[in-house]
Amino acid sequence: MRSASLSRLQGLFAVYKPPGLKWKHLRDTVELQLLKGLNARKPPAPEQRVRFLLGAVEGSEEKELTLTATSVPSLTNHPLVCGPAFTHFKVGVGHRLDAQASGVLVLGVGRGCRLLTDMYNAHLTKDYTVRGLLGKATDDFCEDGRLVEKTTYDHVTREKLDRILAVIQGSHQKALVMYSNLDLKTQEAYEMAVRGLIRPMTKSPMLITGIRCLHFAPPEFLVEVQCMHETQKELRKLVHEIGLELKTTAVCSQVRRTRDGIFTLDSALLRTQWDLHSIQDAIQTATPWVAAELEKSLSPGLDTKQLPSPGWSWDSQVPSSGEGC
Amino acid sequence: MALSAQQIPRWFNSVKLRSLINTVQLTKRFTRPGRTLLHGFSAQPQMSSDNCFLQWGFKTYKTSSSWNSSQTTSSGSQENNSAQSTLLPLTNEQSEKTQKIPSFDSEVFLEELDDLPPLSPMQPISEEEAIQIIAAPPLPPSSFTLRDYVDHSETLQKLVLLGVDLSKIEKHPDAANLLLRLDFEKDIKQILLFLKDVGIEDNQLGAFLTKNYAIFSQDLENMKTRVAYLHSKNFSKADVAQMVRKAPFLLNFSVERLDNRLGFFQKELQLSVKKTRELVVRLPRLLTGSLEPVKENMKVYHLELGFKHNEIQHMITKIPKMLTANKRKLTETFDYVHNVMSIPHHIIVKFPQVFNTRLFKVKERHLFLTYLGRAQYDPAKPNYISLDKLVSIPDEIFCEEIAKASVQDFEKFLKTL
Repeated sequence: MRSASLSRLQGLFAVYKPPGLKWKHLRDTVELQLLKGLNARKPPAPEQRVRFLLGAVEGSEEKELTLTATSVPSLTNHPLVCGPAFTHFKVGVGHRLDAQASGVLVLGVGRGCRLLTDMYNAHLTKDYTVRGLLGKATDDFCEDGRLVEKTTYDHVTREKLDRILAVIQGSHQKALVMYSNLDLKTQEAYEMAVRGLIRPMTKSPMLITGIRCLHFAPPEFLVEVQCMHETQKELRKLVHEIGLELKTTAVCSQVRRTRDGIFTLDSALLRTQWDLHSIQDAIQTATPWVAAELEKSLSPGLDTKQLPSPGWSWDSQVPSSGEGC
Repeated sequence: MALSAQQIPRWFNSVKLRSLINTVQLTKRFTRPGRTLLHGFSAQPQMSSDNCFLQWGFKTYKTSSSWNSSQTTSSGSQENNSAQSTLLPLTNEQSEKTQKIPSFDSEVFLEELDDLPPLSPMQPISEEEAIQIIAAPPLPPSSFTLRDYVDHSETLQKLVLLGVDLSKIEKHPDAANLLLRLDFEKDIKQILLFLKDVGIEDNQLGAFLTKNYAIFSQDLENMKTRVAYLHSKNFSKADVAQMVRKAPFLLNFSVERLDNRLGFFQKELQLSVKKTRELVVRLPRLLTGSLEPVKENMKVYHLELGFKHNEIQHMITKIPKMLTANKRKLTETFDYVHNVMSIPHHIIVKFPQVFNTRLFKVKERHLFLTYLGRAQYDPAKPNYISLDKLVSIPDEIFCEEIAKASVQDFEKFLKTL
């Protein structure tokens, strides 16, 4: 019934935000679709109310008046009189994406909005694929911004790019340790560092925990970034800085989030799937993972603080950074 | 208030005996509402229907011959004040009611003085009298919703059964007041029969009335003149029915206004009379909506997008909605289709549906076709894909026939954008 479908509509799920759509419009669209689905249910049977009516009793000598109780249909709770059953639904957004970026966007519905804060406090990393274009520099680091400079890029090779990326990762590694406020001389800190990455559990500037080049075909290049506490604008600035380090210029043509915490591209819902049933299914699938992840990050004991990094482990990075430097 | 100003001198001019009656009536009114009513209305037959108590409630506020008409109109406006005015306190309302009674007819009260029973609520009364007491909770004198009144008003009940959405109408307080005060038999029935004559079906009446509740305050004769005018312009009966259904406010427009609008479209678009008629029948909200967006869009098509006049005429006869489309969306769509997809004007003119679709759909499908290498929009070359096939067919058919790929591939591609 209505309450059963409502109870299945509490939790977190991921949505694929297409480029060009503001996150707020997306949230409003999802809310409208959910309300449409909830209000489409069959209305309950019309209520009856009891009225006591005066009437003559049959079979009496005189005209005697008596009250008879009759059940009369009542229109007070008819949908055409009250309006739709649901007019508002609580939908919250996790880590936001700006209008030009695309990718996985975590939304929370109902009581799941509380879990959004917990996910934020878990300080999990996010994966991005960033596409850059060599040879141009613009004022807002995007392809369609005001052109500032044009340069040549013939001298850029894959090796140089990898070296630059390794240097970036190394410097951010130092910053990671610094912002996590750990005394590295202790045994627990050493064990943590051995098992996985140390990361800051409080506010900090953007920190890159891993960066590598996936594809290089000048003037285009594709870079995968694993980071935390970032904004998409800082990622575009990163592309600009990579260009500067390569002694040329670069603009960013695409920022796409492939993973946000435990939600990946596979579980993200496309625009055609933003309706009640698909969202309910997505919430059902995601609930056990979310519960497990939050338990892991919030449970006491330093040794359980591990970063989820499906896909590629950063052990493969260590040799290249060693060679590059 | 003017009402109380009238009442007060009369109240003070009355004899002490009379003031005694009035106070007696006051307390009577408070303790035994149902009973004393029947006393006052000596001619009122004993009705055993549900509406008994409540029709009284309404008859006090309706124009009825036994009541002073000035009282009823002002009290009527008092009763159904919804969101606009603050809720009147109940005691104020009741004291107003009681103040009215004395001015009604002093003779009736002098008569009643003789057979006034003693007034204590503990007084034992006969079984018959006890049964006749109607102790239902009183109707709220003013409310923000029609839910409180729907069970007690036949008009509202019949409207709900017709399919009228009262929850939308109660958002307009004047409309709600009007509906409460109308009588189904006298006023509403005439208009419903007229609408049926025009050609609106029973199941469409609900949607029509939800939009155009103001039709009840229109003059029936005027509306008949307007329908006659449309018939004189060679609109068939089915045409007029369709127009009224799709643009519910059409019959609220005067004949000259309709004439001006039709003239404007004929002059502006320079179409023949027959084509203008077809256009207006397909999109009757052109006649009821504002003309400024239409003028602006015509300028946009001509100057900004660079279409020739006969091209604009062709596009509009195919897709009339283009006249009222959003200017920003039009320019964005045209910019993408003409500059990014490199489709020249003469092909866009052949497929104006592209202006009626969402831009993201066009973008996604075009990018998918480019990725597959099938983005070929030139009719001269092989593997040509026409614009209407690009935008107007659903996803599954598009993937299978045009892109020759599966829907899963399309979804995977969308996640890489």
